[in-house]
Amino acid sequence: MMSDFSEELTKLAGAEDNPETSEFSKTRMHFPWLQKHIEAVVTGGKKRKDFAQTTSACLSFLQEALLKHQWCRAAEYMHSYLQTLEDSDTYRKQAAPEIIWKLGSEILFYHPKSNVETFSSFADRMKNIGVLNYLKISLQHALYLLHHGMLEDANRNLSEAETWRYGEKSASQEVLIKLVQAYKGLLQHYSWSKKKMELSELDEDDYAYTAKSRNMLSQSSKTSTNICTLIKTPGVWDPFVKSYVEMLEFYGDQDGARELLTNYAYDEKFPSNPNAHVYLYEFLKREKAPRAKLISVLKILHEIVPSHSLMLEFHTLLRKSETEEHRKLGLAVLFEVLDFSGCTKNITAWKYLAKYLKQTLMESHREWVEEEWKSRRNWWPAFHFSFFWAKSDWKADAELACEKAFVAGILLGKGCRYFRYILKQDHETLKKKIKRMKKSVKKYTIVNPGVHT
Amino acid sequence: MDVEQMKAFTDRCSQCAAVSWGLTDEGKYYCTSCHNVTDRSEEVVSTAVIPNTKINSISRGLRQRSKHEKGWDWYVCEGFQCILYHQAEALETLGVSPELKNEVLHSFWKRYLQKSKQAYCKNPVRTSGRKAKVLEDNLQSSDWGSDFELLSDTTCPPESGAEFQSDSQTPKPFPATKRSSKSASVCSGSVDGVEYSERKEKGLLKMTVPRTLALCYLSLLWQRETITLSDLLRFVEEDRIPYINAFKVFPEEMKVYGRDKGIFAVESWPDYEDIYKNMIEVAVFLDLPRFPDITEDCYLHPNTLCMKYLLEVNLPEEMYTLTCQVVKLTGIGEVDFLTFDPIAKMTRTVKHDVQAVAVIVLVLKLLFLLDDKLEWSYSDLAEAYNEGHKEETPQFDFRKWYQVMKKTFDEKRRKWEEARAKYVWKTKRPLYRSHIDKSVAYKRREMVENLQKQFSALIGSAPEVERQAPSSFQLNWTGEDTGSPCFHGHSLQGLLISKGQALITKNSLYWLSTHKFCKSYCKHVTTYEESNFSLSYQFILNIFSFLLRIKTSALHEEVSLLEKKLFEKKYNESKRSSRSKKVRRH
Repeated sequence: MMSDFSEELTKLAGAEDNPETSEFSKTRMHFPWLQKHIEAVVTGGKKRKDFAQTTSACLSFLQEALLKHQWCRAAEYMHSYLQTLEDSDTYRKQAAPEIIWKLGSEILFYHPKSNVETFSSFADRMKNIGVLNYLKISLQHALYLLHHGMLEDANRNLSEAETWRYGEKSASQEVLIKLVQAYKGLLQHYSWSKKKMELSELDEDDYAYTAKSRNMLSQSSKTSTNICTLIKTPGVWDPFVKSYVEMLEFYGDQDGARELLTNYAYDEKFPSNPNAHVYLYEFLKREKAPRAKLISVLKILHEIVPSHSLMLEFHTLLRKSETEEHRKLGLAVLFEVLDFSGCTKNITAWKYLAKYLKQTLMESHREWVEEEWKSRRNWWPAFHFSFFWAKSDWKADAELACEKAFVAGILLGKGCRYFRYILKQDHETLKKKIKRMKKSVKKYTIVNPGVHT
Repeated sequence: MDVEQMKAFTDRCSQCAAVSWGLTDEGKYYCTSCHNVTDRSEEVVSTAVIPNTKINSISRGLRQRSKHEKGWDWYVCEGFQCILYHQAEALETLGVSPELKNEVLHSFWKRYLQKSKQAYCKNPVRTSGRKAKVLEDNLQSSDWGSDFELLSDTTCPPESGAEFQSDSQTPKPFPATKRSSKSASVCSGSVDGVEYSERKEKGLLKMTVPRTLALCYLSLLWQRETITLSDLLRFVEEDRIPYINAFKVFPEEMKVYGRDKGIFAVESWPDYEDIYKNMIEVAVFLDLPRFPDITEDCYLHPNTLCMKYLLEVNLPEEMYTLTCQVVKLTGIGEVDFLTFDPIAKMTRTVKHDVQAVAVIVLVLKLLFLLDDKLEWSYSDLAEAYNEGHKEETPQFDFRKWYQVMKKTFDEKRRKWEEARAKYVWKTKRPLYRSHIDKSVAYKRREMVENLQKQFSALIGSAPEVERQAPSSFQLNWTGEDTGSPCFHGHSLQGLLISKGQALITKNSLYWLSTHKFCKSYCKHVTTYEESNFSLSYQFILNIFSFLLRIKTSALHEEVSLLEKKLFEKKYNESKRSSRSKKVRRH
């Protein structure tokens, strides 16, 4: 649960930083002349005051210090940069609080001398400079408190932010209010699931059980209202969706959960999100949905993330399918998994491929293999089946090397170096296996004998 | 009685050691120079101002107070006077003789007030010139005379405050015409700030903060002090002379807001060319006579300055004879050339520092050509020679010098940039446009101060680099702990060859920084496109222009103008002049 929070914290921070970094990356991209040019245009060709020049220099020194993790030095520059809050240029003055908050909170997050009190007093001060930052800062402040395990303080913070209104301007911040509420919901979910744990330890006949479960029910209804509004707005709301679904399932509202997840995965207004499909798949699996249904969900995931760890599961589903089309896809899925450098040592994938290649060729679907091989012919040998890999694979994991050797033999013929190297090895336990492999390769290789690589 | 009592209290102030006491409303003594209030108190019977004494009643304004702000009524020119006073004080602490403040700057300022018809004249103009309320005028006229005094006394320590005291017949400023017709948003802390900012009379030279600095420099020039314009500006940059947001030196009771902001708020460091231009304008406006002669024994004479800059950039002292040659040949060492004469037909003055540096650049070009080739091959020769003659005075090795200078200069520049980035511009007194903004501005200020407190606690415990004493030298090579080799004693032997009685430079070639001068009406005579020049030349211009805090193009221009003088014939013959010019040494 907590890990989800911190993950979200970094995710959110990352998402928040994006517009800023892209703006600042101008300086990092080493186009100083461009920066100057743009500034000259903004000021209408008038010479900028040295104040403006030094504060923007200060900002780049500050960013440099942050980048190098020199927190003390960064604090020093921040001390000077705070002057921009008093800039006589209205535009810069208005932009200042946000920059100061982002960089300042980063300093205070990492600085060895900083602590929760320092951070909180900084946040409280910054909240009240410039109306539009109140909610954002409150939310990030709450996340900081969560990160330090101070759930109650975080909750209080969120409640304060939730009730914040500022005339017309609060309307434009609706999404932020929803987000604040959703985080509150998430906190409620956390205490709910804690109670659930306690409940599972109690006897059902216990007097305390009924009281507890009633308590839980009221908690869940609060949570659902808090989260519900947010997840109807297009966006990526993984932790919220997950918690909400967990609660729906617990109270037996399967239809509600299915509808929610289907909507989250398939609504076109939402950004493409692999996790949405993963959640839906996991839910359907729990529900024991028919294979065809599962395959259709994973098919989309396969299109978005062909290297996803669920792809091997997808392959087993396809392998068992009756339709030929699915079985052909099953082969493609394996090949595509192994296209990724992160999966090259995945022994299950190789095992599946070795087995499935053999099966496919036995069923005389040689053209399927050739079709997949066609596009990989010129790079897989160097990528997977080099002499170097043969040596290092054998040393690290002989079993993996065997599976790979078989695949290599099938695809490249028995003359291939990887295959030959493994064949030459003398291994007590694998002796038989290698012998068998030699035989099958001879029988099924797609390379015409006599043509060696 | 009071006076006697006051005189009796002659202890030194515990904070600033001055002996100048005033009485507060509560009847306590306060120091007029640092506003430190003592515990000693006197029973004061009358709190009214007693004429001819230095006792003033703080916060008991003699003038009307504005509705919104508690504080004194003050005039813009008084603001400038206060700034000038503090600038003069600062110069005095920098070692300038006290006459500068007491006599020269004082009389320049008096002359300015006179010329701009603000005081010391028969019909001083104040505000829009409406002779308002004679009655009030009469009532207060007895006080006006001492009002100037009041300001002087409280803003300045009394022992010298008298400098700016007016003569009895002088300033009789008209009371401010009330600004009732103006909208509330147009306002100012000073009495005449709004009118002042809208004044646009022909022939009038309005005082500005940069012009206070121009006045200071004029006084320095008059006194022939050992401070060049670039030094002065550097001292401003080092915060040794009030200039940036100079209103911070005003006493608390002088409120600064609204239009005053445009007049007194300065958020840029002074620019050499700008102050130079202002200086001439002010001198012409003041109709000043010819300045004292700048002779060879003056600091501002090119020979002296050349020596100074040679030492500063770690070049051999032997080059001095060459710079003297160039000064002589170009005639820039002549008294008439060097002395500033505002009444002359073509008013101009010499940029002494820039010119001296240009002489050095020129000499370096004569010696090394600086074409990115010859200087390096000479360096090879010098290096080889020094290898073989370790006991003798080493020959000057350009490459070695370059390496040392490059390192020092880069370091210096980096520190300078960092210090600039950290510069604190905003003062404790926030500026606001009108009363409506006041509370917001103060709240912001408080917020910033609180945040700064928070972050200053996080700054590393490394002690701040101790502030160096003011010096006209930014680089030092002769001290023990400099750690870099000093080239002052190196010889130019390898670069000169004797021809009969004379020594001539081994290098017989020369290239001109500018071939054709711009004759159109634009102000610059030449342009500087970095990439067109050799790297050595760029490097040398860069270090010198950094030392003087001027634009590289300005130095390039000065070098070109100097070359024009030296090679005048060549220019006149309008030949492509890249032929040799030999400098003889007698």
